Amino acid sequence: MKILQGTCRAALFAVALFGATGIASAQTQGTIKIGVLHSLSGTMAISETTLKDTILMMVDDINKKGGLLGKKVEAVVVDPASNWPLFAEKARDLIAKEKVAAVFGCWTSVSRKSVLPVFEELNGLLFYPVQYEGEESSRNVFYTGAAPNQQAIPAVEYLMGEEGGGAKRWVLEGTDYVYPRTTNKILEAFLKSKGVAADDIKINYTPFGYSDWQTEVAAIKQFAAAGKKTAVVSTINGDANVPFYKELSNAGIKASEIPVVAFSVGEEELAGIDTKNLVGHLAAWNYFESVKNPTNDGFIKQWHDFIKNPKRVTNDPMEAHYIGFKMWAQAVRQAGTTDVDAVRQAMYGQKVPAPSGFTAIMNTNHHLSKPVMIGEIRPDGQFDVVWQTKQAIKADAWSPYLPEDKGKIADWTYPWVCGNCVAAKYTD
Amino acid sequence: MVTARLNAGERSPWNARFWTGFVLSGLVLGLLVPLLNRWVAPDSPFAVPDYLVPLLGKYLCYAILALSLDLVWGYAGILSLGHGAFFALGGYCMGMYLMRQIGTRGVYGNAALPDFMVFLQYKELPWFWWGFDHFAYAAAMIMLVPGVFAFVFGWLAFRSRVTGVYLSIITQAMTYALWLAFFRNDMGFGGNNGLTDYKDILGWDVHLPETRLGLYLATVIGLGIAYLLCRFITVSKLGRVLLALRDAESRVRFLGYSTTHAKLFVFTVSAVLAGIAGALYVPQVGIINPSEFSPGNSIEVAIWVSVGGRGTLVGAAIGAVLVNLAKTWLTTAAPEIWLFFLGGLFVLTTLVFPRGIVGVFRQLPWPRRRPGAPLPIEAPIAAEKRI
Amino acid sequence: MPVVEFRGAEEWVPAFAGTTVKSIVHLFRLGLLALFLFAAPLSAWADGLSEAIAGLGGDSFAAKEKAVIALAKSGEPRAALILQALAGDRLRKAPDGRVVIIDTGRGSAKLTDAATGQPVADLAPEGLDRIIVNNRLRGAIEAALGTLTLFSPDREARLGAAQDALRHHSADTVALLEKSLAAEQDSEIRAAMQRSLAASQLFAGSKEERLAAIRTLGSATDPQVKNLLDEFRYTANIDPDLYKAAGDALAAIDSRLRWIGIGANLFQGISLGSVLLLAAIGLAITFGVMGVINMAHGEMIMTGAYVAFVVQQLFRAFLPPDLLDAYLLVAVPVAFLFAGLLGVLLERCLIRFLYGRPLETLLATWGVSLILQQAVRSMFGSPNKEVANPSWMTGGFDVVGGFMVTWNRLYIIVFCFVVLGALALILNRTRFGLHMRAVTQNRDMAAAMGIPTARVDALTFGLGSGIAGMAGVALSQIGNVSPNLGTLYIVDSFMVVVFGGVGNLMGTLVGALSLGIVNKLLEPYAGAILGKIAVLVAIILFIQRRPRGLFALKGRAADAEA
Repeated sequence: MKILQGTCRAALFAVALFGATGIASAQTQGTIKIGVLHSLSGTMAISETTLKDTILMMVDDINKKGGLLGKKVEAVVVDPASNWPLFAEKARDLIAKEKVAAVFGCWTSVSRKSVLPVFEELNGLLFYPVQYEGEESSRNVFYTGAAPNQQAIPAVEYLMGEEGGGAKRWVLEGTDYVYPRTTNKILEAFLKSKGVAADDIKINYTPFGYSDWQTEVAAIKQFAAAGKKTAVVSTINGDANVPFYKELSNAGIKASEIPVVAFSVGEEELAGIDTKNLVGHLAAWNYFESVKNPTNDGFIKQWHDFIKNPKRVTNDPMEAHYIGFKMWAQAVRQAGTTDVDAVRQAMYGQKVPAPSGFTAIMNTNHHLSKPVMIGEIRPDGQFDVVWQTKQAIKADAWSPYLPEDKGKIADWTYPWVCGNCVAAKYTD
Repeated sequence: MVTARLNAGERSPWNARFWTGFVLSGLVLGLLVPLLNRWVAPDSPFAVPDYLVPLLGKYLCYAILALSLDLVWGYAGILSLGHGAFFALGGYCMGMYLMRQIGTRGVYGNAALPDFMVFLQYKELPWFWWGFDHFAYAAAMIMLVPGVFAFVFGWLAFRSRVTGVYLSIITQAMTYALWLAFFRNDMGFGGNNGLTDYKDILGWDVHLPETRLGLYLATVIGLGIAYLLCRFITVSKLGRVLLALRDAESRVRFLGYSTTHAKLFVFTVSAVLAGIAGALYVPQVGIINPSEFSPGNSIEVAIWVSVGGRGTLVGAAIGAVLVNLAKTWLTTAAPEIWLFFLGGLFVLTTLVFPRGIVGVFRQLPWPRRRPGAPLPIEAPIAAEKRI
Repeated sequence: MPVVEFRGAEEWVPAFAGTTVKSIVHLFRLGLLALFLFAAPLSAWADGLSEAIAGLGGDSFAAKEKAVIALAKSGEPRAALILQALAGDRLRKAPDGRVVIIDTGRGSAKLTDAATGQPVADLAPEGLDRIIVNNRLRGAIEAALGTLTLFSPDREARLGAAQDALRHHSADTVALLEKSLAAEQDSEIRAAMQRSLAASQLFAGSKEERLAAIRTLGSATDPQVKNLLDEFRYTANIDPDLYKAAGDALAAIDSRLRWIGIGANLFQGISLGSVLLLAAIGLAITFGVMGVINMAHGEMIMTGAYVAFVVQQLFRAFLPPDLLDAYLLVAVPVAFLFAGLLGVLLERCLIRFLYGRPLETLLATWGVSLILQQAVRSMFGSPNKEVANPSWMTGGFDVVGGFMVTWNRLYIIVFCFVVLGALALILNRTRFGLHMRAVTQNRDMAAAMGIPTARVDALTFGLGSGIAGMAGVALSQIGNVSPNLGTLYIVDSFMVVVFGGVGNLMGTLVGALSLGIVNKLLEPYAGAILGKIAVLVAIILFIQRRPRGLFALKGRAADAEA
C-alpha cells in the first residue's frame, strides 16, 4: 500500500510535469508563424506592449491583403515578463517548439544579449527595433533601431552648432547600463576630438527607476553656472524619465538656457509627462510622428484604426518594427520560402519606404540606413523637427571613435561574411 | 506545539517507504527523461525534445533553491526574503568561471579580460576574478561565497536575536543592497547585462544537447543530494531542536540549547545549497545578471515553498516545479492575463490549502498512514503568534 | 545716440550674446534699442512690417529669425502681439501665404490676420500650417519681447536682466548699469545691479574700484560670482593685493555656499524623507498596528495615483479650465475613499481568514498585488499616464545662492505632516483610535470589553490603505503613474517601518526622515547608488544593535511579537 501511495504521488508528479509541456501546438497547415517576444508585464511593459501591438497590426494588415506566399501569417505572442533568463527560455520555445519563421522582439540590451546565443545556436531570425549601443552584428539578428552614429553624434553636433545654440559644456546623464555607457564613451571621445576640455564634460550615472532627482538637477544647474553654454545629453532610460523631467521643469531649467537632448524619450514617453514646461527640450530619433508625408499618414491611420484609439501616438521603435516587418515580408516573397538562410540572403539591400519619409535600406552589416532627425518638444507632447539629415545615414555596427573597435568590419556578404572581424573570411 | 515525536515506537525516517519514493522519483527524473530525450524518435508523443531539457533543469535548480529555503523557514522558522541573493552569488561564481573559459572567442578577442572589462577600459583583471579560470577554485567559491556571506550575516543577526518579520525584512534589505551594488558597472561584474555568452564548461560546448543533458543530470543528482542532506538534518537531533525553536525559541533557550549556533548552522547550510542551485542554473539558462537579486525573486521562492507545503521538504521542491511550470505555460498560453491566474493561485492556495499541495495530498482519502509514520512536520499554524 | 550705449547693448541681451552670429546681433541690438530705450516708432520701417510677417512663414529658421528682428525693428505695437503668438505656438500660415494668429480659448478657434489685425473668416483652422520655432528663435523672441531688459516695467524681468548682466560682464556694461541703477527703486534689483556692476568693474576699473568691487562681490552667495572671482584670480599679471582680496572674498563665498549646500541637501533629504514617510505611514498601520505583512500596499499607492489621473481627466472633460487646478484637492479625498474601500474589501474577503499567520498573508497579498497590477494594466494600458502639476504646484523659488525649493516638493512635505498629524489625532483622540489601540494591545480583552474587533480590524485596514491611496496622489506629482509604481516603494516602505520600530508612528516619522536625510547627505559624496547601499547596510547593522527598531515596544507587548 505504501509503495502504491508513493508511486501514486510520483506518477501524479510526472503527469503534472509532462502534462503542460505535452500540449503541443497544433501545427495548422498553411500558416506562417512569427514570434512576438516583448514584455507584457514587469518594468519593461511600459514600453514593450506597444511594440507587440504594432506587430499584431502588421500581421493583421498582411493577412487582409492576402497573406504571405499564399498563407496566413500567425503571430505567436509570449510574455517574457521583463525577466532576462525568461527571454532566453521563451526564445528557445518560439524557435524550437513553435517553429516560428522570425521573431520580432526585445527592448533592453540585456534581453538581446540573453537571447543572442539561443538565436545563433538554433539559427533563428530576430528583428530588434530599438536604438542601441552598437558593438554587435550577429548573423541571426537584424537591427532596425538606430546605432550611435545615427542618433547620438548628430544630436551633439547639432547642439554644438549655431542652430542648436553653440553648447560648450556638456552633462552626459545616463542610467547605469551598457547603452548609456557606450553612448557616453563614444560621445566623450567625439567631444574631445572637437576640442572640448575634460573639465567641461560631466558624466553621471543613476540606477534604473531612479526617482529622486533633486540632487542631480541641482548639480546640473551648478555645473551650468560656470558661464559657458551648457547642454545635457540624456540617456536616462524608461521609468526614471518622468521624475527627471518633472524635477527639471519645476527647477526652472528652460530649454533656451540649458537644452536637454534625450535618446530614449519619444512620443510614447512624453504621453506620460506634462510637457507644458518642457517646450524646446530635444530628442534625436530616426522618426517623429509629426513628420508629414503620405506613408506616415497611412501608418498613423493604420495604427489608430487597429488600436481603436485616436489618441495613441506612434514612435521610433514602432516605425522600426514597421520597417522590419515589411522588409521581412518582402524578403520572404523574394526568397519564396521562410527558410532562415534564404530569407537572410534576400534581406540585404531590401528597401522599404518608411514613415520617416525616406527609404530605409538594409545593409550587409544587418543594420539600416535611416535619416537622423532632431525634434523639439512642443506643448502637446509631440515634437517639431528642427533639423534632419539630407539623406539616410548608414549605421555603423562598430564605432570609429572607440579604440577597441579599430579596423573591425561587419559585412555578411562575400568575401567578408562576418560581423566582427578585421580580415575577410575568404581570400582568393 | 512541538510535533516531533520522541517515543520509542517511532518508525525510522529512513524506512522502505521513503526509499521507494526517493528512488522512484530519481528514476523518473534521472533515467526516464534522458531515455525519452535520447532514444525516442523526436516525433513520438512521448519524446522529450532537446529544448525541454534545460527547461526541466531550470525547474530542478529552483527546486533545490526552494528546498534550501524550506530548511530554514519550514524547520527553523527563519523566513529569509533574501535567499535569491545566495542563489545569485553562487550563480555569479559559476558565471565568472564560464566567462574565463571564453578566452579569445569574445567580441574583442582579449584573452586576459572579459569583454565588458575591455569595454570599460580595465587594465587588468580585478583581484576577485583571480583563480576563476580553474573549475576547482570556482566550485569551492560557489559554496564558500554564499556560505561565508550567510555565516557573517547570520552571526550578526542571530547573535542579537533578530527574529520574525525583522529578520525577514533585513534579509530583504541585504538582497536589495546587493541588487543595487551588482547593477553598478563599476563593481566589475558586468552591470545590468551581467555575465553571458558562455562557450564551454569543463571543455564541453554548452550549446550541445549532450552537455545540456549532462547539466540536467548533474542537477538531478544535486537535487537528490540536497534532499537527502536536508532530510538528514531535519530528522536528526538538531532537526528537533530547530523545530522546537521555531515554535518556542525562548523555551528552547531556557532549556540550555544554543539556538544561535543551531540557527547559524542551518542558515549557512541552506545558503550553500542555494549557491549550488544558482551555479547549476547559470549554464542552463545562459545568463546571470543582477535581476536575480531583486527582492521580488526572493519573495517568489517563499511562495513556491508555501504552494508546495511548508515544512515538508518534498513539498517545497514540488511547489517550485509546479509554479514555474505554470508560469512557463501561462506566459505563452495567456500572455496578457497570466498574472491574474498566478495571483489567483497564490490567493487560493493560502485560503483553501493553507498546508500547500503536500498537505492536500496527505488529506486525500487514500490508504491512511498508521500512527508513528515519519515526522508529520507540517508548519504549526497556531505557532506564529499575531504581532 | 551715444555710441557707448550701443556697444553696451551687446551685454544686456544675454540670450543673444550667446549666439555667434555677430551681424544679426548687431542688427537686433539696433532694433531693441529703438524699441525699448527710445520707443520711437519710425514710420519708415513700418512698411517692412507686412514683409516681415510674411517672413515668419518662411521655411528656414534663419529666415524666421530675420523676420523676428525686422518685427522688433519696426517698433509697431502689433509686433509684440505677433511675437507672443509665435512664442506661444499660436501663429499659423495659410496656404496662400497669409500669416494668421489663432486663438483657441473657449469654443471655436478665432483667427486674426497678423498683418492687418482684422478677423479672418475665409480660412478654416484645419487647413493651416503651424509656424515652428526652435530654441534659438525662442531665445531671440524672448529677448525681443523685452522680458530681459533692464528698463522693462516688469519687475521680474528687470531682476532677471540685472542678474544676467553678471554673466556678461564687460567694461561696456558699466555705463548702462549705472544708468539703470540710478532709475531703479526696488532694493533687490538694486543689489543685483550693484553686483553686476561690480563684476564689470572687476575687469575694467582702477585698483581702488576693483578692490571695492571685490568687497561687494564677497558679500554675494551666487555660484556665478564664485566662478567670476576664480576667473579673475587667474588672470595674468594681477596685483598681489587684489589677488589676496579676491582669495579672501572667495573663501567667504565658499564657506557660505558650503552651508547653503548643506541646507539644500537637508531640504532634499526632508523631501525624500517625506516621500518615504507618506509611502510608509499606511504600512505602519497595517503592518505595525495589525501585524499584517501587506505586499499589496504598494498597489494601494498605485491605485491612489490612478485616482488622481482619473479625477484629472474628468475635470478636463467636464469642468471649465479654470477649475482644473482644483483637481488635486478633489483627488485626495476620493483616493482615500477608493483605496480605503479597496482595503476594507481586501480585509473582509481575504486577510481576516489569515490573522495570526503573518507570513501567509505575505503570500496572499503578493498574489493580490499581481492581480491589481495586471488589472490596472488591462484597464489603463501599460504606458505611463500623464498627471500634471496644478499651476500652484508648478515651478519653485530660489531661496538663496542656487538653493532651489520646488513647490511640489514643499507641498508634499506639508501634506505629509498634515496626514501624520491627523492620524495621530485619530489614534489618540477618537473612539475608533481608542478601539484600535485596545485591539492592538490585547484582542481578547478588547473583545470582552465589547469592542467589535472584526469591525475595528476592517476599518483599521481601510484607514491604512486609504492613507496609501492619498500617498499615491502625492507621488503622482513627482513621479510616474504606471502599473509598476507600487513596486518602487514597497521595499523602502518596509525598511522605514522596521527601522523606526514596528507599531510606532513616531518611529516611522523619525525613521523616514533620518533615512531620507542621511541618503541625501551621502549622495553628493558617494553618488546615488552607493549612498543608498550605504543606507541599507546601515539599517542591517542598526537592526543588529536594536533588533526591534528605533522605537521598540517594551514589556509584554514586545514579547508577544516573537
